[in-house]
Amino acid sequence: MRRKLPAVLLSAALAFVVTACGSGSGGSGGSGGDDGKITLGFSQVGSESGWREANTKSIKESAQTAGIDLKFSDAQQKQENQIATIRSYIQQKVDVIAFSPVVVTGWDAVLKEAQAAKIPVVLTDRAVDSDPSLYVSFLGSDFVKEGEAIGDWTLNEYKDATGPVNIVQLEGTVGSAPAIDRKKGFESKIASNPNLKVIASQSGDFTRADGKEVMTAILKANPKIDLLFAHNDDMGIGAIQAIEEAGKKPGVDIKIVTIDAVHDGMQALADGKINFIAECSPLLGDQLMEIVKQIKAGQPVEKRIITKETTFTQQQASEALPSRKY
Amino acid sequence: MKAVTGHRLFWPAAVLVVMLLANLVVTPGFFSIQVRNGHLYGSLIDILLLGSPLMLIALGMTVVIATGGIDLSVGAVVAISGALACYLISGQEDQGAVTGVLVAVALALVLSAALGFWNGLFVARVGIQPIIATLILMVAGRGVAQLITSGKNINVNSPPYKLIGGGYWLTLPFAVIVVAVVVALTGLAVRRTALGMLLEAIGGNAEASRLVGIRSRRLVVLAYTFCGLCAGIAGLMISSNISTADGNNAGLWMELDAILAVVIGGTALTGGRFTLAGTILGALVIQTLSTTIYTTGVPSQVTLVFKAVVVAIVCLIQSPAFRAKVFRRRARPEAPPPASPAAADVEVNA
Repeated sequence: MRRKLPAVLLSAALAFVVTACGSGSGGSGGSGGDDGKITLGFSQVGSESGWREANTKSIKESAQTAGIDLKFSDAQQKQENQIATIRSYIQQKVDVIAFSPVVVTGWDAVLKEAQAAKIPVVLTDRAVDSDPSLYVSFLGSDFVKEGEAIGDWTLNEYKDATGPVNIVQLEGTVGSAPAIDRKKGFESKIASNPNLKVIASQSGDFTRADGKEVMTAILKANPKIDLLFAHNDDMGIGAIQAIEEAGKKPGVDIKIVTIDAVHDGMQALADGKINFIAECSPLLGDQLMEIVKQIKAGQPVEKRIITKETTFTQQQASEALPSRKY
Repeated sequence: MKAVTGHRLFWPAAVLVVMLLANLVVTPGFFSIQVRNGHLYGSLIDILLLGSPLMLIALGMTVVIATGGIDLSVGAVVAISGALACYLISGQEDQGAVTGVLVAVALALVLSAALGFWNGLFVARVGIQPIIATLILMVAGRGVAQLITSGKNINVNSPPYKLIGGGYWLTLPFAVIVVAVVVALTGLAVRRTALGMLLEAIGGNAEASRLVGIRSRRLVVLAYTFCGLCAGIAGLMISSNISTADGNNAGLWMELDAILAVVIGGTALTGGRFTLAGTILGALVIQTLSTTIYTTGVPSQVTLVFKAVVVAIVCLIQSPAFRAKVFRRRARPEAPPPASPAAADVEVNA
């Protein structure tokens, strides 16, 4: 009996939790349907960066303005947390489920459960490799387009160049989707002008420290650099320090273009140390709420929706900086 | 000749020289050192400056490994130390005030040493295996760093703090001077006193050293505390160099680089005999390899493979067993006279 006691207690506790969950979710789900308010269950990746934080904030604020009842959960970078959360949303019979998948694979089972419960699923920011019929829409940035925006600026900036223009590229983490796509977009654009030459292209792992270290070495090996393209602001900021320490003027002696438009990057742009930034916006909350409303109203939604993103020149950065959210 | 090649530092030194010479062939200006903005400027200076944090961490790691232990938490301590110092400095009204920076630096170093002490207690007092004891802090420590920075990069704008990892003193990088001083002091402590011998005794045979009356527990705790302190200084250097505390990425996987530096330097992971000079050479080999990759423009997709191949070759050259095999094989055909009948037979048959 003494041995069995913990087991009995445990099962009693479990039974209590399960019934509590059941009654609780039944109540909230029912009320959600009754008062006509849409319930959205959202599972966030985690809070690993300032970008992600702004993303979370945007979703919470937009839900409030749109009058949508948001159930929010942070998966702390773990897929099992995310799957558990999505299952609980299915149990609670929310109207729509949205999530930023931690990883690409392994979602089929839980997505099928959602489909069986007739709850539409929207992916945000990151894609999955499951069958597209299992989700309604994927809302997120197009990294190739961001690279192309930088490429277009470069083509325009150096359209009158008569000699070779030496370009250095600081790539993101090797093998990551943004690094591959941004490189592809940029290089496909600049291929049309034979004067534009990428003379060095190295990975700076999306971090400031590596961006600086790589740029320090590249500066030594290449005396003439005209343009630096960094796959994110942080590497660009690291490279700016390296360029300054080499006795050159960032933004003037070496022009710098980056992607992201986080606060520190925008500040450097406004200060004239960066010349151009293509935005990779975390502020997809409004678009997400729009999609949720459309789904609920029974309107068709596009399978792939690209986040509204823009680009910034130095002038635009100084104007936008005071009202930036991140 | 044999006295030279037989020296334990010969192979790490040879590898470093070969690497530097290879760079000279690919990049002709690699050895040039100029004075720019009142300080020395050149690829060799970069290697010393950027290699400083690794040299320090590897130094602490050597002492721990000498006792037969290992410290996996150094990367996390790097992140915590930088995060705390930058957090304290960013909260001050005048970030450029020297006293404020000194206080922040002191607190960060005290915390780092305390974290090392914590590891030491786990290993020596509680008796947990070093790899597990330090794994706890390795996993949890990065979370602590992110807690301090609230998950964001903390920027500081403080000239005195910038000096530690990115500044120059008497035209030399300040970080390199710090490393030189720490290495010299450690060298004096372990080689001019019995301390080094006692550490080697513990690493060689903990039970025997206890039986002859060495207070091994105290020394082990001391070794881990020293290792934490070294990682703390390195953390200050890394965050100071970019004027930013990055709780996510600072010192990430650096424990592995440090262990590699110790191994390349010729200290065995099994503990016992250790060499500080070898470790410094090992750290320089690793930093030179990184700088080489960046300057020569190895494509980023094959960077890791390139590194792996070079490290594998370096480790093989380091191994006496491997060398013995290769040299014996080479020596065999030369040993008999060229016109020996046996050799002729083989040729005919072939």
